[in-house]
Amino acid sequence: MNGFEGLIHGFSIALEPQNLMWCFIGVTIGNLVGVLPGMGVLSAVSILLPLTFGMKPVAAILMLAGIFYGAQYGGAICSILLNLPCHPPHAVTCLDGYPLTKQGKGGVALGITMMGSAFGAAFGIIQMIFFAPYIAQVAFQFGAPEICSLMLLGLLAGSTLAKGSPLKGVAMTILGLMLGLVGTDINTGVERFTFGMIDLSDGVALVALSLGLFGIAEFLRSVNNTAPINMAHTNVGMRDMRPSRAEMAQAAMPILRGTVIGSLCSMIPGTGPTIASFVAYAAEKKISKTPERFGHGAIEGVAAPESSTHSSVQGDFIPTMSLGIPGDAVMALLLGALIIHGITPGPRLIVEHPDIFWGLIASFWIGNLILIILNVPMIGIWVKMLMVPYKFLFPSALFFICIGVFADKNALFDVGVTLFFGLFGYLLLMLKFEPAPILLGFVLGPRFEENFRRALIISRGDLNTFVDRWISATFLSLCVLLVCGQLYVRLRPKFPMAANVLGVVALGVIAYLNYYVAGIVLAIFLGQLFLSSRANKKPATPEPVATNPARVAGE
Amino acid sequence: MIGEKHRDYYAGGLVALLGVGAAVIAFRYNIGSLTRMGPGFFPFYLGIILAILGAIIAATNFFEVAKGPPAPGMIPKVDPHSAMQTKPDWRGWGCIVGGVLAFIFLAESAGLIAATFSCVFIACWGDKTAKLRDSALLATGITVFGVLLFSYVLKVQIPIIRGF
Repeated sequence: MNGFEGLIHGFSIALEPQNLMWCFIGVTIGNLVGVLPGMGVLSAVSILLPLTFGMKPVAAILMLAGIFYGAQYGGAICSILLNLPCHPPHAVTCLDGYPLTKQGKGGVALGITMMGSAFGAAFGIIQMIFFAPYIAQVAFQFGAPEICSLMLLGLLAGSTLAKGSPLKGVAMTILGLMLGLVGTDINTGVERFTFGMIDLSDGVALVALSLGLFGIAEFLRSVNNTAPINMAHTNVGMRDMRPSRAEMAQAAMPILRGTVIGSLCSMIPGTGPTIASFVAYAAEKKISKTPERFGHGAIEGVAAPESSTHSSVQGDFIPTMSLGIPGDAVMALLLGALIIHGITPGPRLIVEHPDIFWGLIASFWIGNLILIILNVPMIGIWVKMLMVPYKFLFPSALFFICIGVFADKNALFDVGVTLFFGLFGYLLLMLKFEPAPILLGFVLGPRFEENFRRALIISRGDLNTFVDRWISATFLSLCVLLVCGQLYVRLRPKFPMAANVLGVVALGVIAYLNYYVAGIVLAIFLGQLFLSSRANKKPATPEPVATNPARVAGE
Repeated sequence: MIGEKHRDYYAGGLVALLGVGAAVIAFRYNIGSLTRMGPGFFPFYLGIILAILGAIIAATNFFEVAKGPPAPGMIPKVDPHSAMQTKPDWRGWGCIVGGVLAFIFLAESAGLIAATFSCVFIACWGDKTAKLRDSALLATGITVFGVLLFSYVLKVQIPIIRGF
C-alpha cells in the first residue's frame, strides 16, 4: 500500500462515525487536560486507558493519541496567559508569551501559536507518512540482536537526553526494566519478584504503575503547593487572536525553523517535544539580530518553540509505530495500549494492521482540524477552564484514578498497587529523580529480555553476535557515542585531560564497531574545532544560551 | 525536606539498595549461563548494574561532575509543579492516601456510592482552605456523575450499594 492509497484507506476508517466521535472526544479531553493547571497528559491517558478495553483497537488508539496532541494546544494557553508551565514542552513559551500577555497581546500570541501549531503538526504528519513505512521496511531485516541493540539505544537516549540528571535517568530506566519482569516468566514459568502475592503473578498493571507515578505522586507534591493563579490578563476573545500583517511576517520564518528543528528532534529517539521546544527557542535567540528582545515579549520566542513542539509531537509517533520503540513515556503508554489490545508493535504493524497505522494518520489531520476549530472560535471557554481551582481538581481526579485502575482488571488489589507506586514515586521526586523513564523501561522490559535471550540462544552464548552484525554494531556505536558524548561535555570544563582521554578511547571503540560512524563523529569534531578557532580570532562573540539538550543535540 | 547537600547520598543509597535487593532475590532463581539463560539471569545483572549506578550517584554528589549544568534563565522560576514542599505536609498527604484507602475498603464493603463519596470527600480535606459545604457538594456531584457513568454506562463491577 503506497502513501496515497494508504491515506485514502485511513480516511475511510477515521471518518467512520464512531471513530470520528472517539477522535473528537480524545482531542477535547486532551485540550482540557492541557489547559487545566496540575493535570498531566500521562495521567489523563492512563485514566482513560482502561475505559478503552471495550472499544475496537483503532478507536482506542485514535482517542489516546488525540489526548496527547490535543494537550499540546491546551498547554500553550496555560503558558501564555497564566505564565504557568503546566506542561513541560510549553515551559519556554512562558518566557515570551507571558510578557506579550502583559502588554495586552496575549490573544495575538495565541493566534500565532495556533498558526505555528497547525503548520508544525501538518509537517510532522507528512513526515510520518513518508518516513514511517520506509523505516519499517528497513526494520524488516532486523533479527533479535539488532532489536536488542536498538532498544538499548532507545532506552539510553530516553533516559539520558530527557530532563534531569542522566545518571538518575539510567537508574530509573533499569528500575523500570525490572518492574517489567515482575510476574510469571514466559519462558520458564518461574514467578519473579511476586513476594508470594498471587495478584502479582500477572505482573504489575501498566495503568497502576503510571497512575501511581504520574497521578498520585503528582497530587502528593502539588497539594497546598500550587502558585496562586493570576487571572488579570485572561480576558481573551477570538477577535484578539488575529495577528497584524507585520506580526505574521515576523513569525513566518521562526515557525518554519521551529518546525524543522522539531522534526529533526523527533528523529532522535528519546528527544521528545520538550527538548525540541528548548532547542528551537535557543536557536531562534541565537539567530536573531535583536536577541535582547527575547524574554520581553518577542513573537519569535512564541512561534518557534510552539511549532517545533507540534512537529515533534507528530514525529514522535514514527519510531513508535514503525519500530515499536517509544521515544518517551507517553509513547510507552500508547505502545502498552497496543499490546493490551493484542497488537504486537514493531515493523510489521504497518503491513499487518494498516487500519491502525493509516487510520491514525488520517485521524491526525482530522484531530488537528478539530483542535483549531475548538481553540480559535471557542477560546473563551478554555480560558474559563483555567479558573477551576486545584483543590477541586485533585479529589475528583483521585476518584477517577481509583475507579480507572479498578476497571482495568476488576481488582481492588491494583488500586493498592497504585497507592504504593504513588508513595514510591513521591519519594523519587523528593530525591530529584524523573520517573518518566521508568515507564519506558517497564514497557520495553519483557521484549528486551526476550530478544536478548533469543539472540544468545541463536549465537550459542556468544556475545560477539551484537558486534559482528553491522546494523547492530552501528546502534551500539551510537550508544557509545551518546554516553561518552555526555560524559565528555560534562568532564571538559573541570578535567580537560580526562575528557580528552575519554574522547579518544570512545572514538576507538566506535571505530571498532563502525568505521563510518567514527568518521562522521571525527569530521564533526574537527569541523567544530576549526570553526571555534576561527571564531576565537575574531572579537569574542557572546556565548549563546546553550542548554544542555541543545548542546547534545548539536553534536 | 531532604537537604540539598545530602540528597544524592540518599538517592544513590536507595538505588543501590534496590539493586542489591533485586540481585539477592534473583540469585535464588536459576541464573543459568549465557547460552541457557535462567529466569534469574536478567534481573540478577540488572540488579548489579543498578547497585553500581547507585554507588556512582552517591559518588557524584561528592564530585558534582555528572550533575547537569543549570540552565541559566531558560526555565521560568514560577513552575509550581517542580517545586517541592519545604515542610512536610502531613495533612495533604494523609488525606490523599486516606481517600484511596477509603475507596479500597468501602468498595469492598459498602459499594460504589459510599466509596466514591468518601474518597472525594476525604481527599478534599487535604487542601488547607477546604470548607465543609464545598467538599460535600463536590463529593456529591462526583458521586452522582461517577455512579451514572461507571455503573450504568461502563458497567464497572462494583455494586452500587453492598450490604454489610
